[in-house]
Amino acid sequence: MKKKWLPYLLVSPYIIHFIVFVAFPVLFSLVLTFHEWNIISPMKFKGFSNYIKMFNDRMFWKSITNTFMFLIIHIPLQIVVSLALAEFLNQNIKLKGFFRAAFFLPVIVSGVVVTILWQQLFGFDSGLFNRMLVSVGLSKVGWLTDPNIAMGSIAIMATWKNVGLYVILFLVGLQTVPTHYYEAASIEGASHWQKFRKITLPMINPTIFMVVILSTIGGFSLFIEPYIMTGGGPLSSTMSSVLYIYKQAFQYFHMGYSVTLGFFFAMLILGVVVIQKKYIEQGDD
Amino acid sequence: MTKKILIYTLLIIASLTFLYPFYWMVVASLAPESEIGSLTFLPSSFSWHSYTQMFSKIPIGKAFFNSMITATITTIGVITFSSMVGYALAKMEFRGRKAIFYIIIFTMTLPFQITLIPNYITMVKLGLVDTYAALILPFMLNAFAILMFRQAFMTIPQALIDAARIDGCSEIRIIFQVLFPNIIPTIVTVGILSFMNSWNEVLWPLIVIRDESLMTMPQMVTLFSVGGRSEAQLGVKLAAAVVLALPIMIAYGFFQKYFIQSMASSGIKE
Repeated sequence: MKKKWLPYLLVSPYIIHFIVFVAFPVLFSLVLTFHEWNIISPMKFKGFSNYIKMFNDRMFWKSITNTFMFLIIHIPLQIVVSLALAEFLNQNIKLKGFFRAAFFLPVIVSGVVVTILWQQLFGFDSGLFNRMLVSVGLSKVGWLTDPNIAMGSIAIMATWKNVGLYVILFLVGLQTVPTHYYEAASIEGASHWQKFRKITLPMINPTIFMVVILSTIGGFSLFIEPYIMTGGGPLSSTMSSVLYIYKQAFQYFHMGYSVTLGFFFAMLILGVVVIQKKYIEQGDD
Repeated sequence: MTKKILIYTLLIIASLTFLYPFYWMVVASLAPESEIGSLTFLPSSFSWHSYTQMFSKIPIGKAFFNSMITATITTIGVITFSSMVGYALAKMEFRGRKAIFYIIIFTMTLPFQITLIPNYITMVKLGLVDTYAALILPFMLNAFAILMFRQAFMTIPQALIDAARIDGCSEIRIIFQVLFPNIIPTIVTVGILSFMNSWNEVLWPLIVIRDESLMTMPQMVTLFSVGGRSEAQLGVKLAAAVVLALPIMIAYGFFQKYFIQSMASSGIKE
């Protein structure tokens, strides 16, 4: 064999990238979780104190609760809306391409744009939503100012941004259902709803779980929306974990502590996703 | 028949829900400041006032340039390096090939929250804070792109590669001259995803760039709208959002089908 080194040369950029940006940071962060450090002065060994601080840090746990609150609203809403729209589009519709393109527009636009835009829609006095409510005689809602509502508002916005992507994924899923299943059901006299419940839903189960996992990972990454809209408020009700980790590192310069939170949070995400995947595999049997 | 009408009605309402906010954003950015609060369809007159204000307050032109440079170099880097790795994994026999493949799968599942702060520290220690390199290097390669290229190269018949080797082509020339024309859809997919992700990325620039003259567009617009400089002027904020959205929207107008396919394939992969 000639040039045995060639494949290694071709993969070497990846190896270097992996060592510098994945392997080293993961190992280094493990070391850092046992230290106090502000980057400038030397590291101080602190044993488990970062972990103890984390378990007693009410704001961190609140940020995790907030994230789960977000997911509880976001995931069901995302599935119902995108599945409904995909089901409509799958009915031999004219202008299918136009509808698909319209739904997809928010997906490609920066989250910064979407957040600035929705901040205006959510505005208390002149926001579009409250103007609509007032015009039909209802009272204004504190979309971003009421601590009980703010996270829900952000979840609605995030759903709006991603629906287009999940409509496409559901459409792919719906097209895998063999049409003769529906024909057979029609002969038996099944209603539309029965066909949807008994044929469509079980057949697209894998797509539903994929959407659950993708939205979960997306929800755990929530950052720019509260950063721009609320700064984590009111009363920390929209403080997401990534925002809190960011603040620990770049507002208070607690690098060791911030890394500890990031490390723990990443393990939590992996745990949740692994549990979801287990559940999917069981569901498939 | 009534069912069809109902479905069309719902689809039209849904598309208005997705399109109208963007329409409102563009119109409001062109409306007189005093009318934005009550605007629904059209203002009494149009003006560029918000845009001239924005250009005088923030160096948005420079930010546009920075974003272009960053996204373009990142995209070229991802296509070049990921295709090399993908080719080696698909078409070459060597020890450790399996191991590298599993490492790539593993990095795809690793949440970014674990490497975020340590990567910032690396940038500080390498002296790369406030450089283009900090914006580009971490995104120069990605696991998803490698897997896409690997899959594309696996579908290419070995005979084509063997013939090129007999003609004396080097492996690099085989990848970029002989095989690339055969995998255009994959290159387009990876290209669109890399460019869009780089263009829209905001958390990482917020962390590694402090110097205003190096800021990317999303970062600049974010800091402008949370900081004091927009002075609660809605029109200026919206104008900045329009300028940030426009390039990707124009690209989407031309390559709509590719955008949708690329994003869908990335969803399905994960």
